[in-house]
Amino acid sequence: MTTEQHTIGHVHRDDIGSRMGMWLFLFTELLLFGGMFFLYSVYRFMNVEAFHVAAKELNTLIGCFNTAILLTSSLTMALSITAIQKDNKNLSIFFQVVTIVLALGFMVNKYFEWTAKIDHGLFPGSETMLGLEQGEILFFGLYYVMTGLHGLHVIIGAVLIGVMTRLTIKGVINKDSFVKLESAGLYWHLVDIIWIFLFPLFYLIT
Amino acid sequence: MYKDETHQHMHGYGIYILVWLGLLILTGTTVAVAGIDFGALTIATALLIAAVKSYLVLTIFMHLRIEQKVFRIFLVVAIFFFVISIVLLFADYSFLTNL
Repeated sequence: MTTEQHTIGHVHRDDIGSRMGMWLFLFTELLLFGGMFFLYSVYRFMNVEAFHVAAKELNTLIGCFNTAILLTSSLTMALSITAIQKDNKNLSIFFQVVTIVLALGFMVNKYFEWTAKIDHGLFPGSETMLGLEQGEILFFGLYYVMTGLHGLHVIIGAVLIGVMTRLTIKGVINKDSFVKLESAGLYWHLVDIIWIFLFPLFYLIT
Repeated sequence: MYKDETHQHMHGYGIYILVWLGLLILTGTTVAVAGIDFGALTIATALLIAAVKSYLVLTIFMHLRIEQKVFRIFLVVAIFFFVISIVLLFADYSFLTNL
């Protein structure tokens, strides 16, 4: 059959379409996080003082450190794409692995940060929390939900990059076909952008 | 045909490292500036710096600068509607509280 021969001879690929699909998905993420930023802005507007007081509980140093980690992981992700474009497979794999390690580092910091809060009795529904002012409860609620959802994205991103690393090792992702890696990269950079906004809004308002 | 388009789509290592340095400097700035009280402008400054950082990530790391124009149009439309939502939200909110 001519059509079959045609499919075998020419594997249909639409890299631009693939990337556009990824971007459309990222816009839905904008709405997901956007809704929470709306909530944050109105509650903060209503409870200016309480938000300032509550934000003092957050560890700015860990926040800064995590920002640097995430920005660097975005760099290594971008570098891994250039490496594969230059047909440097091992370098690309190296950068992808560094990205995953940095993602894990981010989550380890997050773990210590959250456990410290929970040890202080600051978690949704706790007695300490219920004793706080309404605005402070709202702040911590938003803090847990927004950084939690962001953390979930970090985990998903790390798993996704792990899959890409496997595909790169197997040669499925190569110099001529790397759109999967690019899309995983787009997702990873979105996670970075969300953190770029979360960081000043939660850690730097004291 | 696709091959040519993908090959066009490329940045060197150097520009990424420059952008990364820029992002770190901006993070340092936002932390340093956070200690100063500009009143109502404090949030505006923090958001402005975050917007500049996002712009760098979007254009360079996410390749929008070398991507086809339609991608940039998509993003502008998405952000436009996002901004409309937040403006209407605050308009609504400020009228409600005046009741």
